[in-house]
Amino acid sequence: MDEKRNIIRIDGYEKVTGRAKYCGDLYFDRMLYGKILRSKYAHAKILNINYEKALEIKGVHGVVTSWDVPGEKTIGAIRFDHFPFATDKALYSGDGIAAVACESEEICDRALEAINVEYEELPAIFDMFEAMKKESPIIKEEFDSNILTHYPLRKGNVEQGFKSSDLILEREFNTQFVEHAYIETEAVIAVPGEAKDCYEIYGSIQCPHSTRKGVARTMGVPLKNIRIIQANMGGAFGGKDDSMTILAVRACVLAKKTNRPVKVVYSREESIIDTYKRHPYNLKYKIGVSKDGKIQAMKVLMYADSGAYLSMTPFVTWRSVVQATGPYEVENVETDIYGIATNNPYTGAFRGFGSPQIIYAQESLMDEVAEKLGMDGVELRRINGYKQGSTTASCQKLEGHKVSLMEAMDKVIEKSDYFNKKEEFKIYNAKSERFKKGIGLSCSFRGCSLGAEGTDATGAIVSVQADGSIYILAGLAENGQGLKTTFSKIAADVFGIDVSNCSYLPQDTGFIADGGPTVASRSTLMGGSAVKLGAEIVRDRIKDSVKKTLEASSLDDIVFENGKVINIKNKKEIEFKKACEIAYFDGKNITAYGWYKAPDVYWDEEIGQGPAYFTYVYGSQIAELTVDTWTGKIFVDNAYAAHDVGNAINYTGTLGQIYGGVVQGMGYGLFEEVDVQDGFIKNTNLDEYFIPTVKDFGNIYPIVIENPDKYGPSGGKSLGEPTIELMSSAINNAVSNAMGKRFYKIPIDLETIVTGKQLKRKQKRGSEA
Amino acid sequence: MIIHIKFKVNGVDYDIKTENNKRLLDVLRDDLRLTGTKEGCGIGECGACTIIMDGEAVNSCMVLAGRANNTEIMTVEGLEKDGELSTLQDNFVKMGAVQCGFCTPGMLMSAKALLMKNPDPTVEEIKEAIAGNLCRCTGYTQIVEAIKKTGEENR
Repeated sequence: MDEKRNIIRIDGYEKVTGRAKYCGDLYFDRMLYGKILRSKYAHAKILNINYEKALEIKGVHGVVTSWDVPGEKTIGAIRFDHFPFATDKALYSGDGIAAVACESEEICDRALEAINVEYEELPAIFDMFEAMKKESPIIKEEFDSNILTHYPLRKGNVEQGFKSSDLILEREFNTQFVEHAYIETEAVIAVPGEAKDCYEIYGSIQCPHSTRKGVARTMGVPLKNIRIIQANMGGAFGGKDDSMTILAVRACVLAKKTNRPVKVVYSREESIIDTYKRHPYNLKYKIGVSKDGKIQAMKVLMYADSGAYLSMTPFVTWRSVVQATGPYEVENVETDIYGIATNNPYTGAFRGFGSPQIIYAQESLMDEVAEKLGMDGVELRRINGYKQGSTTASCQKLEGHKVSLMEAMDKVIEKSDYFNKKEEFKIYNAKSERFKKGIGLSCSFRGCSLGAEGTDATGAIVSVQADGSIYILAGLAENGQGLKTTFSKIAADVFGIDVSNCSYLPQDTGFIADGGPTVASRSTLMGGSAVKLGAEIVRDRIKDSVKKTLEASSLDDIVFENGKVINIKNKKEIEFKKACEIAYFDGKNITAYGWYKAPDVYWDEEIGQGPAYFTYVYGSQIAELTVDTWTGKIFVDNAYAAHDVGNAINYTGTLGQIYGGVVQGMGYGLFEEVDVQDGFIKNTNLDEYFIPTVKDFGNIYPIVIENPDKYGPSGGKSLGEPTIELMSSAINNAVSNAMGKRFYKIPIDLETIVTGKQLKRKQKRGSEA
Repeated sequence: MIIHIKFKVNGVDYDIKTENNKRLLDVLRDDLRLTGTKEGCGIGECGACTIIMDGEAVNSCMVLAGRANNTEIMTVEGLEKDGELSTLQDNFVKMGAVQCGFCTPGMLMSAKALLMKNPDPTVEEIKEAIAGNLCRCTGYTQIVEAIKKTGEENR
């Protein structure tokens, strides 16, 4: 790696010494521990909750249920349909019924056992298609049917397109429930504040401002009464958003009841049972192509299992509808996606957010189409793939940024020696009976930030001190991805100083404006821009103060570099430190708020047309693997990943995002699946839910492409999510290359390879009460 | 039942009374407030609670408190000497081996235990030593590189 571009992570010291405090590491005076009682059934009426006996146990300080929620009973990022404490009904096996606050976790366990809940079991639905039947009971009373969302997209005339096609292929794909499996489980401490009806909440909370809304709403107090303070985050990947609001509400109701700080840390089992998963999709693709490989039409029909709550299903499925036909020019498109309610564990945000499912399907399909046409998948992608000025399925012209899809593909092909390896493996496979080698490619485009989901703006405070050191505080949160370091680097670059001069303050909703959620790979692009704007305001104020000292005739002559402030005309210079001191004694405000609002985007929900996102990123990955056809084991020997990041502001961090995303993508494609049987999760800890270990793959080769984007800080844009969305289809294509047969469901586990299907017990489509 | 444990943690002698049903992990975190050691699964699968006990890397969630009597323990808090990071820690920071940092203490202790026995390990030996430490952020690559570099600097 280029040593000059290596940046030292600014929160590295505390994390390698054990000094970094995560929420579970915090203790408060008179603090109690909390635990949640969850539903015994996947769908049931709650007739009575009797906790008299629990209260008799020594060390139990309070038991709460829905009755104790002082404000509204529901929260929700998009629609208020989620009950932190089940009210009347439990809709899935992870629903909270009651919570206890006790002197120890052990006493909590005994208290939970002493609570007697009377249920009336209701018919439950575990299958999306069962849920859509007219005669099926409606799971969520506030909706007209079990179809919670529907997004269509219409372009051109698909029937016409299929008529003019030489080859029409129809394929059905299925994807699974997936667990985020951040190593830190969810944790919150709710502390009653000094002022009346005020609470401070510490936690592993990905989106502190979103959580604040939910807590204020359920506690029945104004937003200002709730302060959310983010502790160090032990990973999130989209998983600590509304799930954390649920937990924060539960802890806060306990804190109100007992008037003491209450700490709730989920065990791994609770973490897996309670919180949302990645949506399983059923995807039906129909594609028409002409002999020369030009795609004439695509028809896509998708169903996403939302589980018992809406959570982020509308936004997740919306992203799917925008990107369903992939990075390809298609004249005639008809796409529909439905989000379906079931009594399964609910599904929500997870790195990728509706893209890993569709990319798995569409990129597998592209290879199969190419095969039928007698060409390589790469050739088909070159014919149809986006180039500068191409038009998307929603008729957005791709301009104003570099459309680097071909560049990403070229680079990853070159690095992996794709075509030569294909030839080599053909020879190898002809001789080898047991082991088969294969190589596969996939590519994608991805809309950056929130797009037409909603308001997209964020802020940051850059506070320069009189000695030249700097505080930074932004509205977006460090979840492990390296945001503190990237934002500090952006500010440091404006001042021409080293990143080690910056400190990043803890995220606290009391001190920084609501800048939206830390999601959608929007931090560098949006938050980074806000930091840059803030730093530039301060820089210009400092310039004004040092103009006289530097004898500058124009402020434009003053530059900040290498720790100095320099008049480029007369070469007069002072230390940055000195300049800050001058500005400070000049009475200048050398703290500023930077605010960045995204360019306007638009979406017509009726026909699914419009400029969905203001800029896009492009990427391509290749998997090279060996299949052991006797055991079914697949080992990815080498993975190659090319991503256009605009500008790799934090180069070390950029590589880390790619390595991490690729490995998560391997888990998604090869062995991760939350086993939900009749509404209950069977693999509730990491001994049965497998995430990749260091020994489960070979080497990863990242390729960083930098085409600066005019909307990003110094051209930087999104990376976190693109890295995870490509590996499953690259693997699927490589397996097909190795074995000469195709699979249509992930994960491609051992039994799928050996027997052609998963050997899982089939779950019921529904249950009779 | 209350038990009496005498042990050495990061070079400091402790003589404590605690409940016999506690795990060593709880004693370190709750009794000694050495919260650098983390809990990720509670069943010995993720390695976040790895500490070094009498020279061996062990999952402290799988060790009952009483078993720690008369042992010598090192936790992540014991790696830094006189306010200076050890080479291993320094390489973790410099080489991007840390993202969210939650697996980091356990990862460091597994690596430290390896380096104590094998000062300049191969990549395969490193992978074997940290195979019981799960990381969801980094894809492990930079972790392996940081440990490898530390070994090379030990030459």
